[in-house]
Amino acid sequence: MNSQAALPITEATFALTLALLLLAPLAIAGVAFINTGLGRSRSAAQTLLGGLAILAASAIVFALIGATWAGSAGAAGHTFQVAGKPWDWLGKGPLLLSGLSAAPAHSQLALLFEFMAVAMAALIPWGSGADRLRLSAGCAIAAVLAAVVFPLLTHWVWADGWLAQLGVNFSLGAGFLDGSGAATVHVLGGLSALAVVWITGPRTGKFPKEGLSTALPGHNAVYVLFGCLLALVGWLAWNVAGAVLWLHAPLSALPVTAVNTLLSASGALAATFTVTRIRFGKPDASMCANGWLAGLVASCACAGVVTPAESFFVGLVAGIATPLLVELLELALSIDDPSGAITVHAVGGLWGLLAAGIFAPQPGQLVAQLVGIATLLGLVLPLVYFLFRLLDRVVAFRVDPDGERIGMDLHELGGGAYPEFVIHRDESYR
Amino acid sequence: MKYAGLLVMPAGFFLSIAALVLFPAPVPQAAFVLCGLAVECLGLVVAVRAHMEARGESRP
Repeated sequence: MNSQAALPITEATFALTLALLLLAPLAIAGVAFINTGLGRSRSAAQTLLGGLAILAASAIVFALIGATWAGSAGAAGHTFQVAGKPWDWLGKGPLLLSGLSAAPAHSQLALLFEFMAVAMAALIPWGSGADRLRLSAGCAIAAVLAAVVFPLLTHWVWADGWLAQLGVNFSLGAGFLDGSGAATVHVLGGLSALAVVWITGPRTGKFPKEGLSTALPGHNAVYVLFGCLLALVGWLAWNVAGAVLWLHAPLSALPVTAVNTLLSASGALAATFTVTRIRFGKPDASMCANGWLAGLVASCACAGVVTPAESFFVGLVAGIATPLLVELLELALSIDDPSGAITVHAVGGLWGLLAAGIFAPQPGQLVAQLVGIATLLGLVLPLVYFLFRLLDRVVAFRVDPDGERIGMDLHELGGGAYPEFVIHRDESYR
Repeated sequence: MKYAGLLVMPAGFFLSIAALVLFPAPVPQAAFVLCGLAVECLGLVVAVRAHMEARGESRP
């Protein structure tokens, strides 16, 4: 992504991209369903309502504050000079979206894309905090991400910020490449999920004093797998729209981007299916769903810049790594992540970004991708953790023990998601 | 210890950025960027280990 000064786009491209962006919320819906299915039945309504509330909170805060800091391609930003090079670190957009209807078509579409992206990024940690993260805390987390972290990262990557300018300033390929939000959405969301899990701690009974961790399986595999199908539609739209907006791909390149997305997810599913079958004797439905999603996440970074064979390989690696890392995090590192978001979104996204550097033809692209990855790990993770630590003092993240025992639905909403069903006794409180 | 690990991570980031400014040649530049990433990984390992120890102490 060299200088991304807003390019004029044709009416046909505008109409196509707008239509794709109107399909992109299906990816958000898919992730919301997956989060709900992987949580427990007594928190199902709270989890799905939380998805809606987080979408709303992130949209409001991004419109009020975040969009100004994110800025847009071609517009001036806040810049400082180091070693004779400009470092554009913060956007300088109009306040409260003023003048949006008169903005160039590219800027309008980019802003719509960013609204979807911020909602998705804020939804990811919500799944990791399932069954103990309070609804108000989920909304507060979304607000912090939409107001501070997401706009910064978006400006650096998509709006002519310093990461996008690595190609111009330091001859590093085309600058940091992130075709559809692997960094700005998924790695940010996955690292936020890690911070949330560290702060809230595990679900009660997850890690007993003696023996291995207790298995707390998701309550509805059908939600999870249906979410995967919804996510595919949304992701195809998301990646193709991203290729138009952020990679300036011609219309003739868009079918390949869609094929790459599908191949990456398919390769990941095949790999996870095989790995879980070998390890457990039978394929694991929820793990296969996580593998599928990891393939989609990895494709976000590279679907627009790799060949179909390379995309399949990217998915294959993501699919092999997913079940192994989910186990590692839970069994070895004592990290209770019900939705697997840290593995799927953070690790899958980082792998996709690295793969884009490995397979992109421009010299120096790999170093540009490594600098982007260093920014995400070295700057974004500590920033998010410290912000969330402060936030936890204002809005307590974790529900009280009694609330966790009776379930988030009854505790926070006053009624369960499945009132006509008898909920079985809780094995984790023996 | 978790805070110590998380504070080491930005040091790795600044090392990576310094590589861009200090080393125009591709090989030393890439090597320094990788060193920065290695420092970040070290910080992450410290933070994760601190989390594991804290969890071990607080198990019911």
